Amino acid sequence: MQLRENVMRYVFMLAACFSILAVFFICFYLFMNGLPAMAKIGVANFIFGMEWRPLNEIFGIFPMIIGSLYVTAGAIIVGVPIGILCAIYLVFFCPKKLYSIIKPAVELLAGIPSIVYGFFGLIVIVPLFQDIFGGNGKGVLTASVLLGIMILPTIISVSESSLQAIPDSYYEGALALGASHERSVFFVCLKAATSGVLAGVILGVGRAIGETMAVIMVAGNNAIMPDSLLSGVRTMTANIVLEMSYASGLHREALIATACVLFVFILIINLSFSALKRKGAK
Amino acid sequence: MKRHLDPVSLFLNIITKVAAFITILVLFFIIAYILIRGIPNLTPSLFEWEYTTENVSMMPAIINTIYVVLLSLLISAPIGICSAIYLVEYAKRGSKLVKVVLLTTETLAGIPSIVYGLFGSLMFVVSLNMGLSLLAGSLTLAIMVLPTIMRTTQEALVAVPDSYREGSYGLGAGKLRTIFRIILPSAVPGIMSGIVLSMGRIVGETAALIYTSGTVGKISTSVFEPGSTLAVHMYKLMSEGLYTEQACAVAVVLLVFVIIMNSLSSILGKKLAKG
Repeated sequence: MQLRENVMRYVFMLAACFSILAVFFICFYLFMNGLPAMAKIGVANFIFGMEWRPLNEIFGIFPMIIGSLYVTAGAIIVGVPIGILCAIYLVFFCPKKLYSIIKPAVELLAGIPSIVYGFFGLIVIVPLFQDIFGGNGKGVLTASVLLGIMILPTIISVSESSLQAIPDSYYEGALALGASHERSVFFVCLKAATSGVLAGVILGVGRAIGETMAVIMVAGNNAIMPDSLLSGVRTMTANIVLEMSYASGLHREALIATACVLFVFILIINLSFSALKRKGAK
Repeated sequence: MKRHLDPVSLFLNIITKVAAFITILVLFFIIAYILIRGIPNLTPSLFEWEYTTENVSMMPAIINTIYVVLLSLLISAPIGICSAIYLVEYAKRGSKLVKVVLLTTETLAGIPSIVYGLFGSLMFVVSLNMGLSLLAGSLTLAIMVLPTIMRTTQEALVAVPDSYREGSYGLGAGKLRTIFRIILPSAVPGIMSGIVLSMGRIVGETAALIYTSGTVGKISTSVFEPGSTLAVHMYKLMSEGLYTEQACAVAVVLLVFVIIMNSLSSILGKKLAKG
């Protein structure tokens, strides 16, 4: 009896260690396969190289890094204001009946597969932007709008829970001082929830920078520096998916190294997210 | 009586409503557009057993998807549930191990699916010599959905009132019996809602599967063979550029599945909240 208790205790503990093991293996395999290529190409040449020409063995991913940053920034500009405002509406303005419709809708928005978003972007947003702006409709702007929609649920749900965590006394205090409902909500509650809301934004950044299938459908995928909002752009994620199927040798390793760079970005984003969340919890 | 609002308040009031309206409108538009364009394309030939380049049937992909979902959950659910049990019932709060586990779980949750795909292809397909196969894809996805299952199970376990535990101990039950007979049964709806949520993610996943389970169109007869799931099938149809109508039909199937999974998950979640 006692033995069984002890054995199961260790089984549970072992299971808990599995996620540590998983992260270890992911780091190990990515860096083992990626870093040698980076060393061979030269770290500076690889990260700051302006040209990506696999046939000539020139591997510079700077345009892709910039591409990822551009579409992520675009997604933030599109998604964050709407997301935060929607969260405020859900917490402070929404009638209960309406809440039971909007909340599941936001959850559904989070559940739609990214390939379906990509399809929607390709057959709706791309032709629309073709008509409005000319050109082929694929590029930074299109990707930003689509990604902005995709990160909405993340931003809404994180902001919503951090707004809900603000003590009622803050709101009541502001009301008692004569502020209107709206002013209390925006200038007191929202301000108090800043670090939580910011954590939501950072999580959204992580989603946007890691998004793959939707982006390759609408971004145009040209491996060059984008020079305008409408010019085609290739992100790091797109680079991997597009070329991995036929790459070999150094080219393949360079793609894995691209994933390493992406992974480092994600790790930085994750760490700042958990730091902010902890700060919000305090 | 209507409140009189100063201009700033009025403005703030309106923009929150506009934002909420835009969110709903976008969702409604996406779903309506795909259903309206896709449903007419759901022809019987899309559900034939054999895949050919002529009928581009999605039936094999549906079967493969079921395989992958079952296999991934078979691996992921026990590990996820057991580790949540450890974190909630056994571990001391604030211990080193707990901190590291929570940090790594958060890290896993943030890793993009294409990085999972690449990792799966390096470790399972190449290094462990599985080749492109449903098994390699399922293992990759099992790691990917692990954080979701862990988090929802943890929440469900925490929500079980302490009086249940005390009552069980008071009647002389051991720790293990308390967990399996008392705590887990009352946490089932919460755990199930997490599993259903993971099913939705697995079904919708593309990037992690292209280079682990491959893009072959036929039904796999064993888990060691390659095969494309529904989402990968849709990607293939789109990238070939000739089958927009059929891709739209696949999108309908995916969307309907996701809607069912989502409602199921929230119903289960509500059941938990009621106790």
